[in-house]
Amino acid sequence: MTFLLNVVQHNSYADSVALMRLSDKISGSPGIKEAAIMIGTPANKEILANANLLGGDGQSAGPGDIILAVRAVDQNTANRVIAGWESELNKKAEGLSATEIWRPKTIRGAFEQQSDASMAIISVPGPFAIAEARKALTRNLNVLIFSDNVAIDEERAIKEEAKSRDLIVMGPDCGTAIIQGKMLGFANSVPNGKIGIVGASGTGIQEVSCLLAHMGHGISHAIGVGGRDLTEQVGGISTLTAIDLLEKDPQTDHVIIISKPPSEKVCSKILSKIERSSKTFTVCFLGSPLLQLSSNARQAKTLESAALQAANQEIKPINSVSKNTGAAKRILGLYAGGTLAAEAQIILIDHGFSVTSNAPVPGALPIGSGNLQHTIIDLGADEYTQGRPHPMIEPSVRSAPFLKACDDPTVGAILCDIVIGNGAHANPAGLLISLLSDLDHPPIFVSVTGTNQDPQGRDSQMKLLESAGCIVASSNAEAARMAISSILPV
Amino acid sequence: MEEIGKVIDQANEQALGVLLSGEPVLVDVVLAADVIDGLKEKIILHAGPPIEWNKMCGPMRGAICGIAVFEEWASNLNEAEKLASQGSLEFAPNHQFGCVGPMTGMTTASQPLIVVENQHYGNRAYCTINEGLGKVMRFGGNDQTVLERLSWIKNELAPLLGQALRRASGINLKPLIARGLTMGDEMHQRNIACSSLLLRELAPHMAAVASDTETLARVYSFIASNDQFFLNVAMAAGKALTDPAYGIKGSSMVTAMSRNGTDFGIRVSSTGDRWFTAPVEMPQGLYFPGYSESDANPDMGDSAIVETIGLGGFAMGAAPAVAGFVGAGAASQAGLYTKNMAEITLGENKSWTIPAMDYLGVPTGIDIRRVLETNISPTINTGIAHKEPGIGQVGAGVAKAPMACFQKALRAFAEQMGVK
Amino acid sequence: MKKNQKTPHLLDTPLSAINVGLESFSEDLKSQNVATLHIDWSPPAGGDPVLGDLLSKLGA
Repeated sequence: MTFLLNVVQHNSYADSVALMRLSDKISGSPGIKEAAIMIGTPANKEILANANLLGGDGQSAGPGDIILAVRAVDQNTANRVIAGWESELNKKAEGLSATEIWRPKTIRGAFEQQSDASMAIISVPGPFAIAEARKALTRNLNVLIFSDNVAIDEERAIKEEAKSRDLIVMGPDCGTAIIQGKMLGFANSVPNGKIGIVGASGTGIQEVSCLLAHMGHGISHAIGVGGRDLTEQVGGISTLTAIDLLEKDPQTDHVIIISKPPSEKVCSKILSKIERSSKTFTVCFLGSPLLQLSSNARQAKTLESAALQAANQEIKPINSVSKNTGAAKRILGLYAGGTLAAEAQIILIDHGFSVTSNAPVPGALPIGSGNLQHTIIDLGADEYTQGRPHPMIEPSVRSAPFLKACDDPTVGAILCDIVIGNGAHANPAGLLISLLSDLDHPPIFVSVTGTNQDPQGRDSQMKLLESAGCIVASSNAEAARMAISSILPV
Repeated sequence: MEEIGKVIDQANEQALGVLLSGEPVLVDVVLAADVIDGLKEKIILHAGPPIEWNKMCGPMRGAICGIAVFEEWASNLNEAEKLASQGSLEFAPNHQFGCVGPMTGMTTASQPLIVVENQHYGNRAYCTINEGLGKVMRFGGNDQTVLERLSWIKNELAPLLGQALRRASGINLKPLIARGLTMGDEMHQRNIACSSLLLRELAPHMAAVASDTETLARVYSFIASNDQFFLNVAMAAGKALTDPAYGIKGSSMVTAMSRNGTDFGIRVSSTGDRWFTAPVEMPQGLYFPGYSESDANPDMGDSAIVETIGLGGFAMGAAPAVAGFVGAGAASQAGLYTKNMAEITLGENKSWTIPAMDYLGVPTGIDIRRVLETNISPTINTGIAHKEPGIGQVGAGVAKAPMACFQKALRAFAEQMGVK
Repeated sequence: MKKNQKTPHLLDTPLSAINVGLESFSEDLKSQNVATLHIDWSPPAGGDPVLGDLLSKLGA
């Protein structure tokens, strides 16, 4: 028997990360079966219901309320938990203490105080993000929207508005940018240089910028445009603006564009713009067929080849590793970075493997019921991140599937990514190898996306992984190729 | 959509301009019946939005019975109560008749009223004279001492005060309030500087017109012993400043905030006289020794007109001493309350500035849109009355205007503007 | 309404940020010496979608 308790704080708001930290603190404590503190949006209530945490009170909560939910061994324990949370949350409500600093409540109020503001960074819950972005644009600010769950027609409208004001909206769902040498969101410490990036993907920007850094090449700017910018409905508005900006930037010689394949119309708009440009381009539309490009542009099939091409390096021929001649066991990829998962799929497909994924690239299949399927999982996809932190922030999300994979006799090789840098976990490699002690497991192939200037330190993360018996590759693409080699018959 | 935004912005600019350009002058003391049409037999004006007898709180009922006896519509309190419950007395908000009144806010035909004239627009507003502290009618007191005091105010204080004001050609309140702000007043819970400044200006005139020194001494003593004497003057000034801002189509600026101990009501410029009401909230604050939250009466009075013109809780930055008194926190943080109010107002009043905040003008012109957008409700510094009639003030605190008032107002405003 | 007089150039105009949402972003920027002001934000109208919609149409 357990006791479920819901308490609703009306007209209360706190940032979702702060709420998660608060509930994480007591999760796993004795006597607590399940606990969560969430804003009362319909999506969150569904998550609570699915976790058996939603009671009558919680059900009646609205998006302006906070739900405190706990399932404990008895009522006393539940009450104690709720009381502890309430006192944390209510600390602000009692009068103002002598050390409190003024905090504006609105963009308008903030602007009164900081009228040289050039940019607004927006990470409020999705349904509210566009209204805030609009307030920023009308005050002549560029905008970065980290929030996802934004309606696509609203994305289109806000980008039109930005365009009419000569401004740019980076996002929604933009997790990475490097502007004037400053890291915004999840980004890595890379040197300054002459290569610009326009990315519809965060980890895509991260992997490419880091690979370039390893080769001694730097980034001028990396402009994130959000995952859906190149869809038919959004029309590539931010991508086109970004290309214009880099076109006019004297620091930038070469531009890399990274995205899933765009819609046909958007693709030709982009290619026309590239054709008219004076700079050179590397076009990396992961999973796209061969494109007809102008003479100042070359196509890259993978993130790795995009970096190599931009750095004017030799590209390893695809056939450097033998094609699939019948593997006895399967490769299982468990990825935090969605684009890294996509790259792994492409490499497998190129080597003649049939691949399934929860986020399949063109040529891959959705996850089926068969057993011997080479499978690449994107653990950052929506179905895994509803109401939970993204695996890049909280890598423990990967732990359970990882342990399962280690135990799975059909798995011949495990593929993983470790992404470090600003905003990422403090020690993702350490967390992964802590799962491996005294464990029998198939070979684990892993790469570290990052640099030595990142707080976690790429070299030290790689050493940790090696010391635990993982096989560490120099790039995600290389890790995929090594995994392939390992399962092919000799 | 941008069109409507522009229309509203222009209307608000106009409304704020009207508010800021007013020139309130304390000109006279008059008999209510002489200046207010409709103050006929058996009508009692009260604080707050309209309310019926059976919904009134204890202090309000006590005051009504008391004033009915004072007006000789009933010979004793019991008879008065019968008249009230039978429906033989008529009740109406002060606001509807150009008046305001603190706490229970009783205004009837025989009351002397101070007169504040807005000399920029020519309109006048009225308020009773502050009775002092403790067992008084504004807290529901209604026994012999209360009624005798009212008589004295009417027969001795009011005439002398009126004559003095006429002799002085009125007292300009804008600069007086400005000085008070620099001296630690916020004109709602703290009026000691303004009360002193007012007495200082009036004293020579009162001395010149007084018929004898005993009367003069009693009047001086009465005013000097009441730290809150100026409250009623500030309230009348508030009413005089806001009245010309009514009915500016498209303006979302609040023109009145008021409570009757049961309901809180607001009025918005564009929607004219309409009240948007919701149940009042309990003030949150500190209690005098011997009293606690269980003794408190819900929020009451027209005095929130003071916040409506940027003073009171809005000017907390000028009155750090009030922060502790109303339980708002550390004195050093008083300015943060003012900054918060700046998030929900249309502009600042450069005639009324706060030295400790680098002469920031008090945040003025509450915008109902901003209140809803920020979830910040106007902060009202208020006295807390005992819930039993006639006991008096038991504490001071911060009361918030209920969000529901602003929600209702926004829906009505949107409908008026043709926005769905 | 107070607004930027000159349109800021993303790659050129010195970065000065207003942060609306997760406070950790604000801290990240400050540690890179980017002038950042964090807003104590809450959903308009307490999250009520109808009122929020009206507000956005009334030029708030």
